[in-house]
Amino acid sequence: MAERKILLGNEAIAYGLIEEGCRIAASYPGTPASEIMGTLVRLKDSESIEWLHVEWSINEKVAFETALAGAYSGLRSAVMMKQVGLNVASDPLMSAAYTGVKGGFTIISADDPGPHSSQTEQDSRFYAMLAKIPVLDPSSPEEAKNMVSTAFATSEKYEIPVMIRPTTRVCHARQDVIVKGYQHVETKSPTFEKNPSRWAATPKFRFLLHKQLNEKLREIASANEISIPGNGSTTCILASGVAWANAKEVMDELNLHDRVHLIKVNMPYPLPDSFLKTVLNAHQKVLVLEETYPVIEYQFRDRQKVSGRLDGTVPSQGELLPEKIEDIIRSWLGIEQAKRPVPEDLPTRRPTLCPGCGHRPVFYAIRKVFPKGIYPGDIGCYTLGINIGAVDTVLCMGASIAQAAGFFHSFNGNDKMPPIVATIGDSTFFHAGIPPLINGVVQGARFVLVILDNRTTAMTGHQPIPPISIENMVRACGVEFVRVADPYDLKSLEEILKEAGKYAFEDKKGIAVVIARKPCRMDRRAQHRFPEIEVFITDECNGCGYCVERFECPAISLPKKKEPAVIDPVLCVRCGVCVDVCPFEAIGVKK
Amino acid sequence: MRQQIILSGLGGQGVLFATRIIAATALDMNLHVLSSETHGMAQRGGNVVCHLKVFGGNGEGVFTSPMIRPGMADVLLAFHPEGAKLHGHFLKKGGVLICNDTKMIDATGIALKLGNGLLTNIVLLGYAAARKCLFCEADSLRKALQNASGPRAEENLRAFEAGFMEVTS
Repeated sequence: MAERKILLGNEAIAYGLIEEGCRIAASYPGTPASEIMGTLVRLKDSESIEWLHVEWSINEKVAFETALAGAYSGLRSAVMMKQVGLNVASDPLMSAAYTGVKGGFTIISADDPGPHSSQTEQDSRFYAMLAKIPVLDPSSPEEAKNMVSTAFATSEKYEIPVMIRPTTRVCHARQDVIVKGYQHVETKSPTFEKNPSRWAATPKFRFLLHKQLNEKLREIASANEISIPGNGSTTCILASGVAWANAKEVMDELNLHDRVHLIKVNMPYPLPDSFLKTVLNAHQKVLVLEETYPVIEYQFRDRQKVSGRLDGTVPSQGELLPEKIEDIIRSWLGIEQAKRPVPEDLPTRRPTLCPGCGHRPVFYAIRKVFPKGIYPGDIGCYTLGINIGAVDTVLCMGASIAQAAGFFHSFNGNDKMPPIVATIGDSTFFHAGIPPLINGVVQGARFVLVILDNRTTAMTGHQPIPPISIENMVRACGVEFVRVADPYDLKSLEEILKEAGKYAFEDKKGIAVVIARKPCRMDRRAQHRFPEIEVFITDECNGCGYCVERFECPAISLPKKKEPAVIDPVLCVRCGVCVDVCPFEAIGVKK
Repeated sequence: MRQQIILSGLGGQGVLFATRIIAATALDMNLHVLSSETHGMAQRGGNVVCHLKVFGGNGEGVFTSPMIRPGMADVLLAFHPEGAKLHGHFLKKGGVLICNDTKMIDATGIALKLGNGLLTNIVLLGYAAARKCLFCEADSLRKALQNASGPRAEENLRAFEAGFMEVTS
């Protein structure tokens, strides 16, 4: 049944989970991890894999706890998320390390050196260290798939959660990979053995669990065998993950393997003391290449001979691209630097909301109705409201609401109280927006909250949102002003925002919530219908640029200042909203 | 066999799809593939770049990195003129640039003539095949395109031929 397929790293991990008999899998979408669960959902459906429970959970904490109960029941279970999602799930992570597991439990936390699509470059391996659990660091899609097997086996042997930490260049790399299929998988029945001193341990028992955890970790470290090449070279490079993959290729090309040992570390934590000592004893110079924080490097207690991030040999931030690795290796070995073409210093295109996106009119209207406002924003496509000047802060999932309340309490009583208008997406609202909304109501905060409801988790590839009424949810949080607006009806949207502003700021009644509902046009599976309004630039256009600056639709551009705007017929999706944006009525509708 | 290809364009232009077709062709030829692509926020109208490395199965010249270094690419497929400027430094000396612009091949114009601007990526792929700068024969690409296109196979193959004919005509 084995066949060779080209798989995305995330797809390869999903195939690995199925081949290894994972029974409970839960995730919340986030780049670069989203396609793992996406693939599991697809395969469960197309291959009718009944023994596998898959779910897009409401957030990472819930996903973690759900999957962990599977592992408590003796079933192989997995949770996957992006690195900042692990922040959300860090509470159960710390505790689960103590309780341990019965069935194999794998935590897949995808890091994003660069960063490409994240708030931080944080290194999930440090979370593994903090929780005292082992972590595997794959260097390719194929290896990531194989590590699922290692992770489950280690987890079951030592009854401990095991982390796999792929990075963007593994998750979003493609490679030809052998796929075995799942026909061999044996499905055993769940069993839950009651043991309150473990599963519901009080502090006294927690101390004992901690002791057991330390013993497990010592055993895992001593079983963490890392091979050291024996050609007697006195310099060595210790590398893990994609940094290893890049270093290997550079060293192949420069014929360095005779001069320098390249040691590959698959499990960067826990490292056995004996290994670290052997590396130091056998070499005069050691260079550590790893992404993104110095996890291996910190485990050397004596760093006299060790170069890496801590002594500045490797930059302390940013992705270790292969050219950067080449530069580092050359300079560390005293080899002349490579001459390579330098990129032209060109502005790259900033990401922008799609043409016809229902979020765009909302940001336009917020700026128009509340020109002097403070605009707390949130995580999703709509972070791009920053381009329209209607997003002032982006911290983490759900923060817009608590920050709106915080800004209110900070400015309350001040003569120059600015209007506070927060924006959050539907999926993010469910993920982390409900507790801060309740809290805002309870603490008497007053602000306008616009929930940008496009009926999907758009940014990460259109994962489903809970089919629960946002209106009812908002009311249940104690909010009395709740209105639904259609963002394509710009005039009515502006009126509703004005009413909301009056309620929150002039009448000082409380939090006003506007649900701006327009399905995402890119969600092709949903088959929503949209208007077809063909527009054109009339002779009235004086090239003022207001539409380009304030509406920022990719289909409208201003080739030259003070010359008429141009509509790109390929990009324009005929939503017709721009007609109401132009102050000179210079965008007309083709009859 | 060893080839390093950069594919550069804008979000929504089908850069990822074109990369997948070339990768599938390599797999059909029993070669190994390693590639890296842009996902997430950058896909929203931003610049999208794919690195694609193809190599033989004999253990020699194995690539381990999914990324191409500047000055190492054999071919650059630029689906938008910006791509040629932005990622031109990846090309090695003597590397081949295939660029969608009015000077070399107006892939967008040809795609619009075919009635669908979204076919630009396939037109450019057909042109590149005819220029014989890729590791594979045009027929292998046609086969992979056919297999990957589903109900759009006929339309895609027509776009491929339209690009292909730009070299011979």
